[in-house]
Amino acid sequence: MDFRLSDEHEALRKTVEEFAREVVAPVAEHHDRTEEFPYDVVRQMGEMGLFGLPFPEDYGGMGGDFLALCLAIEELARADSSVAITLEGAVGLGSMPIYRFGSEQQKREWLPQLCRGEALAAFGLTEPGGGTDAGNPRTRAVLDGDEWVINGSKAFITNAGTDLTRLVTVLCRTGERADGRPELTSVLVPVPREGFRASRKYSKVGWHASDTRELVLEDCRVPAESVLGDRGRGYAQFLSTLDEGRVAISALAVGLAQACVDESVRYSREREAFGAPIGSYQGVAFRIADMQLRTHVARLAYYDAAARMAAGAPFKREAAMAKLYSSTIAVDNARDATQVFGGYGFMNEYPVARHWRDAKILEIGEGTSEVQRLLIARSLGLPV
Amino acid sequence: MNIVVCVKQVPDTWAEKKLSPDDKTVDRVGVDGVMNELDEYAVEEALRIKEALSAQGGGGEVTVLTMGPDKSVETIRKALSMGADKAVHLVDPALHGSDALATSYALSKALGTIEHDLVILGVESTDARMSVLPAMLAERLGASQLTFARKVEVGTGTVKIERQTDSGYDVVEAPIPAVVSVVEKINEPRYPSFKGIMAAKKKPLTTLTLADAGIEADNVGFAGSGTEVTDFAARPPKQAGQIVKDEGDGGSKLADFLAQQKFI
Repeated sequence: MDFRLSDEHEALRKTVEEFAREVVAPVAEHHDRTEEFPYDVVRQMGEMGLFGLPFPEDYGGMGGDFLALCLAIEELARADSSVAITLEGAVGLGSMPIYRFGSEQQKREWLPQLCRGEALAAFGLTEPGGGTDAGNPRTRAVLDGDEWVINGSKAFITNAGTDLTRLVTVLCRTGERADGRPELTSVLVPVPREGFRASRKYSKVGWHASDTRELVLEDCRVPAESVLGDRGRGYAQFLSTLDEGRVAISALAVGLAQACVDESVRYSREREAFGAPIGSYQGVAFRIADMQLRTHVARLAYYDAAARMAAGAPFKREAAMAKLYSSTIAVDNARDATQVFGGYGFMNEYPVARHWRDAKILEIGEGTSEVQRLLIARSLGLPV
Repeated sequence: MNIVVCVKQVPDTWAEKKLSPDDKTVDRVGVDGVMNELDEYAVEEALRIKEALSAQGGGGEVTVLTMGPDKSVETIRKALSMGADKAVHLVDPALHGSDALATSYALSKALGTIEHDLVILGVESTDARMSVLPAMLAERLGASQLTFARKVEVGTGTVKIERQTDSGYDVVEAPIPAVVSVVEKINEPRYPSFKGIMAAKKKPLTTLTLADAGIEADNVGFAGSGTEVTDFAARPPKQAGQIVKDEGDGGSKLADFLAQQKFI
């Protein structure tokens, strides 16, 4: 057993680390303050091929795997979580369902432009009426001749309203199944489009530069062949998309946790109190040692889930554990890093303050911590 | 047109640089190695020249040449993943301790094994910072010397550069073969893509020893060097600054200070 990355994965990690340090970090505070979407950073990520990382070259991708995507997300999150979630949302939630479930024609039409980062896709799952209760959406799609007519609304949708957004996959109720449960179908909605509206950006606690919108669909019409994969497969599709996405969110959380360690180490070596660097006091040094320990364990957890995924082995429980643990310790590390920084940790211009605000959502998005515990408990055979 | 880019692995720009007390050479073991930053601009420029020529139907290859210990292969891989076609690694324990003079000799011999019209390299390395290698190399090769380029244009049988100067730039043109050193203003180096990283694995990498390149051992290493490091000391810690209190005469106190330091 060898937990080290392959030479290629390590080279990619280093490249993205360099990019994050040189390109992303210097403008992170600006984007956090202005809440502007980082178009210039996204363009350069597109040129590097980050949006095509896990897809075959045949569809314009880089021929890498999901671990490659996770490593890129982790390194970006060390500099700016907003940029990292922009990549995760675009690839994990936007492009991946097209690649996994789309028809050959849908893949040929969408993946090349999505892989170049010239177009962004979003995944419309959550609704204002419920996040965890995602299997019971109110958004309806009704066949009218050779068109679907969609009505409903979606909430907290990443990348849904940027100038680059060209596609939103919308989970719709398309009928009732024999067992009385709703028939759910994913429908591709190319945007902009009549009847589709992305409302103004939310005012969020963190992830300021990430584009998050509420979507409204009013008699929005798309051709009948816009169904992603088969009709009635929507529920299974989003469950599988979320399983993978959890590993990616775990990588993002690990990046944030590592950033908190990096910042704390640097600051506590420089900052002096009582005539010595604060890192020479055990109260600070041991706290940072614990932060590093948690980060390391969380990283191994997501490496393991990604390795199982790559090997085609079941990874649902491992993904849930990685997501639960890494998001928990990301919040812990962000809290501890702000404490190491003292009063400066409460100032928005310091990265640790941004990390502190960016961390909390990790315990909520892509399945809450409660959902992860439910999945782990059920995987153990508990009747919960 | 065939282009050779000389690259060097140097200690990470962010790491504390040290000399090894044993033989007074740069300690390359204890720190992460990275490609000398200015060489990244050289690789980028070579790739741009090749891409521009190939868009006009021209051919040619970009070869990376490095001299250094086994670990330097990381830097070779990076240049290959950026898009260079092949690489030559000059590696031999006898090269250890070579100064600029010996290095220029060794590189010129290695270049003798590679077909080339143009040699491009960074204007200096961030570890030694001598900035003499391009000139020495041109002299040894009997090639045109075009240094401090902030812009390179390849013509028919000639190369024209804008040579960065303190006050602006000079336009210099010379026949091929030529050695061109580049400054960081010249371009924005690309980041390797994952496809490039994967492709780099399969690109040809030739390893040369002294004998392979026809290098005489007496002319390289400590013995073949024209300079010798006799002693070194750690940089002294930063002195505390001087605080000038403005009691109505702050301006003249500052002027006195600047005059003392011979700035004015």
